[in-house]
Amino acid sequence: MGRAKLPRKSTSIDMTAMCDVAFLLLSFFILTTKFKPSEAIAVTIPKSVAAKVAPNKDYVQVIIDKDGKVFLEMDDESMKEIIGNALNNTKSLGIDVKAFKKSLFFGASFAGMKSFLALPEDQRKGNLLPGIPVQDTAHNELTEWMSQVLSAYQGKTRPFFLVKGDNLAKFPAFKAVVTAFKKNDILKFQMVTAPEGVPVGTDLWKKAQSGEKREE
Amino acid sequence: MAEMDTSGGGHKKGPGVKKSKKLSTRVDLTPMVDLGFLLITFFIFTTTMSQATAMKLILPKDADKPEDQNKAKQSGVITILLGKDNHVFYYEGELDNSASNFKSSTFHDIREVLINKKNSVKELKDFVVILKPSEYCTYRNLVDILDEMTINVCTRYALVDITDIETQLVKRSDDMAAAQGN
Repeated sequence: MGRAKLPRKSTSIDMTAMCDVAFLLLSFFILTTKFKPSEAIAVTIPKSVAAKVAPNKDYVQVIIDKDGKVFLEMDDESMKEIIGNALNNTKSLGIDVKAFKKSLFFGASFAGMKSFLALPEDQRKGNLLPGIPVQDTAHNELTEWMSQVLSAYQGKTRPFFLVKGDNLAKFPAFKAVVTAFKKNDILKFQMVTAPEGVPVGTDLWKKAQSGEKREE
Repeated sequence: MAEMDTSGGGHKKGPGVKKSKKLSTRVDLTPMVDLGFLLITFFIFTTTMSQATAMKLILPKDADKPEDQNKAKQSGVITILLGKDNHVFYYEGELDNSASNFKSSTFHDIREVLINKKNSVKELKDFVVILKPSEYCTYRNLVDILDEMTINVCTRYALVDITDIETQLVKRSDDMAAAQGN
């Protein structure tokens, strides 16, 4: 009985193609990774089930750090210029508008704004700065800031108001910020959080399962 | 691919020339593939995919006159108070004089409390949650409790200033819990 001869095949596979794919993926991932810009103010944000991505354009962000210090961050330089000029006019602070415009965030009282802007960029670290005074209800300077922001944005679409607070920040600081918002009729704002899964079995989860869209 | 032509281009060597051994230039790429995928996995795991999300909060306009304020049916109201060290307290309806309906809870258990209350309320539109953060609670507590509203689909909730009596109650309970902890 003659058996059919099976041709013997080599078991070694050419790995070149696979290697190519692996490194292609690797380079893809490396190149697409956006590095977090090193933040001057260290804030650990709380988690929430909110699914909407925080806006990263046209925002006015109030940052509350873990000691309850408040900072203001804006992305629109032309608006910052308007605000800087307005502050010089109304309060005669004598600040350098150019430096004001370039500053990524503000973390000092109006009186201390000049010396804040005199600091070099790399020394403006959240833990060393006094922050915008808010705790004293009578002199909540954030109220003034917000009204300046609103008048700068007058006639344009309102920016997104964001609050980014640290996990450990105490409630009074948040309340002071909210008061400043309220006084300027900013009743809609968003709180920046890290995403978290919806707990299984809850109403929201059931809603999501049934395909219902959630209102934001 | 990774091989080179080593056949010598068909050039015949003379009879006296020793034949040099043909070495294969073929490299085993398996370890390299391993390394590649290892790096990929490393990068995937270390990359924080998460983009920050935003929770919307819409504040009510301050009502100047008391009659403008929203009224809520007592039976459907639950008030949640936030204390120090992640303590949560709640009471249903109105706080009675002896504060006997003032109960203690945790962030873990409050969900059940809310669900029970939500199910026991006859009409869903009467279900109102009042949140009263005390000055000792952290921002994280606040976000957590607001998140709890979203999770349990509580559509009517309000952030209200805490009263003095409640502050005292919260403070006393906080201190008591702290004493027990020691």
